[in-house]
Amino acid sequence: MKQRRRRIYPIEENCMGCRLCEVACATEHSAFKDPLVAFFEELPQSFTTVEVDRHISFSLSCRHCDEPYCVEACITGAMHQEQDGRVLVYEELCIGCFMCVASCPWGAVNPKRTEKKAAKCDLCPDREIPACVAACPNRALVYDVAQELTYRIEEEEEPFVEG
Amino acid sequence: MLYKSVFTYPQFEVERDYEKCIVCGCCVQQCTYDATLFLPYKRKVVNDNLKCVGCKRCEALCPTGAIRINRVQNEFKENAYWTSRTIRDIYKQADQGGAILTGGGNDRQFRVYWDHLLIDACQVTNPSIDPLREPMELRTFLGRKPDEIKVEFNDKGEPELKTEIAPNLVAEVPIIFAPMSYGALNLNMHRAMAAAAVAMGTYWNTGEGGLHRDLYPYGHRTIVQVASGRFGVSAEYLNVAAAVEIKIGQGAKPGIGGHLPGEKVDEEISKTRMIPVGTDALSPAPHHDIYSIEDLRQLIYAIKEATNYEKPVSVKIAAVHNVAAIASGIARAGADIIVLDGFRGGTGASPAIIRDYVGIPVEIAVAVVDQRLRDEGIRNWVSIIAAGGIRNSADVVKAIALGADAVYIGTAALMAVGCTLCQKCYTGRCAWGITTNDPYIANRLNPEIAAERLTNLLRGWAHEIKEMLGLMGINAIESLRGNRLRLRAVGLTKEEMEILGVLPAGAGL
Repeated sequence: MKQRRRRIYPIEENCMGCRLCEVACATEHSAFKDPLVAFFEELPQSFTTVEVDRHISFSLSCRHCDEPYCVEACITGAMHQEQDGRVLVYEELCIGCFMCVASCPWGAVNPKRTEKKAAKCDLCPDREIPACVAACPNRALVYDVAQELTYRIEEEEEPFVEG
Repeated sequence: MLYKSVFTYPQFEVERDYEKCIVCGCCVQQCTYDATLFLPYKRKVVNDNLKCVGCKRCEALCPTGAIRINRVQNEFKENAYWTSRTIRDIYKQADQGGAILTGGGNDRQFRVYWDHLLIDACQVTNPSIDPLREPMELRTFLGRKPDEIKVEFNDKGEPELKTEIAPNLVAEVPIIFAPMSYGALNLNMHRAMAAAAVAMGTYWNTGEGGLHRDLYPYGHRTIVQVASGRFGVSAEYLNVAAAVEIKIGQGAKPGIGGHLPGEKVDEEISKTRMIPVGTDALSPAPHHDIYSIEDLRQLIYAIKEATNYEKPVSVKIAAVHNVAAIASGIARAGADIIVLDGFRGGTGASPAIIRDYVGIPVEIAVAVVDQRLRDEGIRNWVSIIAAGGIRNSADVVKAIALGADAVYIGTAALMAVGCTLCQKCYTGRCAWGITTNDPYIANRLNPEIAAERLTNLLRGWAHEIKEMLGLMGINAIESLRGNRLRLRAVGLTKEEMEILGVLPAGAGL
């Protein structure tokens, strides 16, 4: 099996819904990497979303699935799975059809706010550990080597039909 | 802000720098007192200063540093006699007619005796010891020590100990986590204290709320409490622990009981405390089976009988005026450890007036109890634990020099995991997730992080204590116990120094 890069795991019991991961992500993916500039001068976009439902919350970002639906759905090959398991968008190939956005069962792929392209978690290539993990004050995000992650969706819930 | 009494004035004001506020919503979500509001149409976060309790949770978590909590300076017209707090309390009571509740420890301006005691150091003639080069012993044995040691030589000429040694607790550092019950604190904090106690080779105390079953594996480092409510007491509970403590009184509220509101008693707490879900957990003020030293002796021996005489039994009392005589009685009743809880001790909920004005300082209590027991020749029967307001390692050293064997830290332990002493423990909405049982707020306290922080605190203090022992030329903490000659007093009256048994600064031997 190919060498797998580490994944970000949310831990529900530790998440307190503070949304600092969102701020960190948006800041990391901004031009100046400063939260004030990012939020006041640019269009900040976070690739992780904190889902809160009363007593449960967790930070949801791209799972970098072993068999990603978004890669399967992409018609131009812009959505690509790397050798190390990361799922990345090659923006020069992306035509903004957003099939990936529709196909992702987690809602982790979203239209880019600034242009008509898909945008998603890239596991922070410039950092040793992703910004969201570093920013979490309660260790509710763990950056760890993955066990195999193959999500299967029940037939009736299948969000798209292949072909 | 709209529907309030005429007599409500904000105590804190939230200064929000809108140049820096990025409207991330962190503070809105983190404020458990509903003092922070998000206005969706204006995309703006605003504050209701009236509800702010000054816990500083939002200030700590704001990613851009846009928030600052300020004390309202001109709360009321300045008056040296009628302080803001007095005025506020009168307004509150006139409004609602209840006792003013509070949490945390006594914050009034009483003399802090620790700050009037200075530690001795070695110079030329008696060299100090470098703790980094030479072994330094912090191991403390807590429990009854024999009056004499009988040694006999066997056939091979080897010495054999003939005296039966009573069970003792062995703490690698003389600092133990104070009793704080499950119910007042949540399980995450209990997990953290248990893990830190195991990591540092010391003990933690369950408080009166029983021991959760998940924590039974930590039993060998747990002191379990039997209090007036008898919550969660069973044969298994007593036997899983390292020692059993009978709680007679608590420093923050000597002579009064406890009350855990029914809303806080959820499924897990109900199982642990052995009471129905949603019922108030009332601890009576006295133990209804203890009205004399003889009655106390019966309970101590009932517990010893139940635990097969394998565990030391401790008795915790609040430091009150007649503490020396009471302690002598407790020692004679068969206790192995006496815990003296001073008036600075904290609590989850207590009437403010009792927390502030009942009891005596632990410094005095330790000194008089140690002296009394020594005078009576029974000091070796019991170990003394000082509790209530131990702030740093110097306080630990001073407490031990005044005659304690070990100390309890409660408030300091809570501060290590985030507590900002906002004194709102009794609301059950602790924004730091410590004194709340709301599962969603409680998960702010990650037991793993909290255990690391508690371990770090103890490790830091242990280093400092070793340094202080070294500079006194002592290489074991046991040599310091009751060694009041290593303390000198500044700014105390003659009577105070006599009671403390400490010489004034400048007095040689």
